[in-house]
Amino acid sequence: MELIVSSAIGLMTAAAVYLILQQRTFPIVVGLTLLSYAINIFLFSSGRLVIDKPPIIGGADAYTDPLPQALVLTAIVISFGMTALIVVLALRGFLETATDTADLPEDDFPDETETGT
Amino acid sequence: MTAPHIATSWIIAPAILPAITAAIMILVRRRDIEMQRVLSVASTVALLGIALFLYQAVSDGETDAYRLGAWPAPYGIVLVIDRLSTTMLVLTAGLALAVLLYAIAGWDRRGRHFHALFHFQLLGLNGAFLTGDLFNLFVFFEVMLIASYGLMLHGGGAKRLRAGFQYVAINLIASSLFLIAVGLIYGVTGTLNFADLAVKARAVAANDQALLQTGALLLLLVFAIKAAFVPLHWWLPATYAAASAPIAALFAIMTKVGAYAIIRVFGTVFGDGAGAETLGAVAAPWVVPAALVTLAVGTAGLLGARRLLDLAAFNTIASMGTILIAIGLFSVDGLTAALYYLVHSTIAGAALFLIVDLIAARRPNKLDALVPCNPISQAPVLGALFFLVAIAVVGLPPLSGFIGKLMVLDATYDAPRAWLIWTTILVASLMMTIAFARAGSTIFWKTDGQTTGPGWETASKTPMVVVAFLVGASLMLAVFAGPAVKALHATAGQALDTQNYVNAVLGPQENTEPERPITEPADEATTVPVPADTQVEEH
Repeated sequence: MELIVSSAIGLMTAAAVYLILQQRTFPIVVGLTLLSYAINIFLFSSGRLVIDKPPIIGGADAYTDPLPQALVLTAIVISFGMTALIVVLALRGFLETATDTADLPEDDFPDETETGT
Repeated sequence: MTAPHIATSWIIAPAILPAITAAIMILVRRRDIEMQRVLSVASTVALLGIALFLYQAVSDGETDAYRLGAWPAPYGIVLVIDRLSTTMLVLTAGLALAVLLYAIAGWDRRGRHFHALFHFQLLGLNGAFLTGDLFNLFVFFEVMLIASYGLMLHGGGAKRLRAGFQYVAINLIASSLFLIAVGLIYGVTGTLNFADLAVKARAVAANDQALLQTGALLLLLVFAIKAAFVPLHWWLPATYAAASAPIAALFAIMTKVGAYAIIRVFGTVFGDGAGAETLGAVAAPWVVPAALVTLAVGTAGLLGARRLLDLAAFNTIASMGTILIAIGLFSVDGLTAALYYLVHSTIAGAALFLIVDLIAARRPNKLDALVPCNPISQAPVLGALFFLVAIAVVGLPPLSGFIGKLMVLDATYDAPRAWLIWTTILVASLMMTIAFARAGSTIFWKTDGQTTGPGWETASKTPMVVVAFLVGASLMLAVFAGPAVKALHATAGQALDTQNYVNAVLGPQENTEPERPITEPADEATTVPVPADTQVEEH
């Protein structure tokens, strides 16, 4: 069990790092998603791996640590929102610039004519 | 437990007020920009008032905690105020008010929901300063960042979208690292509450020390990304230069959140002998060298800047370098200097972004590029303001930057390798002076042709008043440096006093707290609703 969990975390993280290092937005988004999966499983394991026990203190003789579950729940919600945002951002960027590279164009002068006041 | 304090129930107000304001603005006042502005300013003024009230309430050195749902400290969520957090609250609210008044002159019309996002940003910032546990620090960081993504993209444009993607991606990676650090620290100590962590980290078994140190260093890495430490600063120039001016000015406080988190976690929580002799000191060897390189790189960026906005962005990096040099000493004197410089550089950095925007608005062809151009309208006033802001930023007398740098130099007098620190700071100051002198003379003196930009009649006066106000704040900080330094000295002393923090949050204790899980209340005043008779059927 420990081997399965840890190798799953390791493999997903490795794949995520590889994808994030690409220069295109879609692989980066997928990489970030994989990374957040890996980290959610990692957070679970921070409360020790326990099988078939409820995450409730006082309800049974043995229990699994409830706090990591609460943390993972929060982390899932946050990463879900973030993924939605970055997908929209990548799409908007692609539609406006017709390219999906993640780097910034090289120019010394601002291409926008807007200013304040 | 500390005696009931008048301010206790007000502690949560700086987090709740912006949340309610933002919600009202999204739900009710969506279409009515005038109404939004009134509400926005009123709410920010109220926030400043509350922040000042809280600052006053803890100015006697008391640390006060608010327990959400009356759950006792290590098990429920706590918000904690002490001098350090209230100082940051006052600074945030004051800066927010200035930025808001500037934005109202026109920037807030460029996209929808500016005011709502602005208040969500304040919610995240205030929450990060108030929170008393590591996971809520993560949550409030995320709140702050989500709002900042929206604000950074405010106004749209292809370039801003591209820079925004990088900014979001880097912060998502940083958030992932944060969660790994949280997991490691929780796995080893079984708690995330700052005060509890300070106690438990000392009692960690020897073979778990390495894990805990890894977690602590990962945390440092995360805060370093937020604070734009070299080599993790690459996101900052593109982001800040792409963001609209008032937003970039507000972001001046965002890098400081990283500095605040380093002080809180590595000064208060892990400091003072936590984790035997190792954990408190685990950050120290990294901070000062990285800070020196940060200052050097920021200064090099200043010299290489070909746009005023780059100048302002790299100035942020350079000032973070100076702050972190002083923080890295983890001494009361160092922290006092760091806090003074932090307050100064937030004000001056924001003023710089705003004055750059005012100049760019008057150069329709060249915007903020550092090239000769037509003379700009209102050049005398703008030139004087730019000159004053540059003086403040570079650290020449008589504005607050000079005293700040002097304090940092003074604090590092006895530090190891003081000669290196002094050389870096002094040479960097000289280089910064050159960079700003070059920028100012190009823009205001190498001019030719017709005056461009709006005349006195059409131009809005508010933005200039705001910049003048920020310059005035820098001047006041220099004039009243005595009382300010005295207050910040007490703040620094309190921030490094782990025991005081632990006692205030957990109540006076003799390190006999029970292991988790807990079924008995640790606090005499509150009862814990333990789900004792919840029956769970095994299957």
